[in-house]
Amino acid sequence: MLKDYIGKTSNKVKNTVERGMVKRFAESIGDSHPIFVEETYGKRSRSGQNIAPPTFPRVFEYGEIEGLPLPTKGLIHGEETFHYERPLLVGEEIYCYSEAKDYYEKKGKNGLMGFFILKRYGEDSAGKVIFTEEQTVIITEAVRKAMTV
Amino acid sequence: MTSIVELKPNEALEGVTLEPVSRLDLIKYAGASGDFNPIHTIDEEATKAGLPGIIAHGMWTMGNLGKLFTPYYEQGFIQDFQIRFSGMVFLNDVITLKATVENQTDKHMDFHVEAVNQDDKAVIKGKVRFVTY
Repeated sequence: MLKDYIGKTSNKVKNTVERGMVKRFAESIGDSHPIFVEETYGKRSRSGQNIAPPTFPRVFEYGEIEGLPLPTKGLIHGEETFHYERPLLVGEEIYCYSEAKDYYEKKGKNGLMGFFILKRYGEDSAGKVIFTEEQTVIITEAVRKAMTV
Repeated sequence: MTSIVELKPNEALEGVTLEPVSRLDLIKYAGASGDFNPIHTIDEEATKAGLPGIIAHGMWTMGNLGKLFTPYYEQGFIQDFQIRFSGMVFLNDVITLKATVENQTDKHMDFHVEAVNQDDKAVIKGKVRFVTY
């Protein structure tokens, strides 16, 4: 039962905001602005370094929440939220983990829908949170029955 | 437009209309993001999942929407970026990105943001709080 996992977290995983990954990610969303991709531009910019696009944290690894019974197919991404204390800098190390934040069910037009909130955190090496991300994952009745939670 | 703070409520950032969505766009996003869910790239998998065809990653559309703010990163940064996915994006859809000022203080600006398709239907919509330096 997903409800039993509320509050459980994964172990922290060290990630690097890699220059090549930022470049490729920026290209893939049609946003190869020099603030993301040009080293000299980054050096002259306010933060003294290139930054990463706000949705870049999708690239990071967050570790596994042990045993979390989330199916790999049939999930619907309902909502997505990012919160930043400051932009991510190219080259820095970010420690990431995820938390099963909430699970609830609501009656919808396709039966009883499950809503699972996965929250992700990115901290600097001093343990200060730089960003959080929250995904609302919708689990339809058909998918939920298949996973028997 | 060089200064974002001069915008007044109900004024908009310069909108962007994307090229029609191509399979290569989605293959590139899959590779760059690591999201290889095959409903975004392989027809048979999309059909098996009950879809009429492959659909764009919601995060591809959200990533694109964020670029309206990219020219202004010397003036501030995106503190909050909230999106609700309200429609699917299919191959050859023509997506237009929009951001309109809702309100403004001396510390931040709040925008209503959305991406609409060629039928003017919102496929994602939400809010951006842009903190100004």
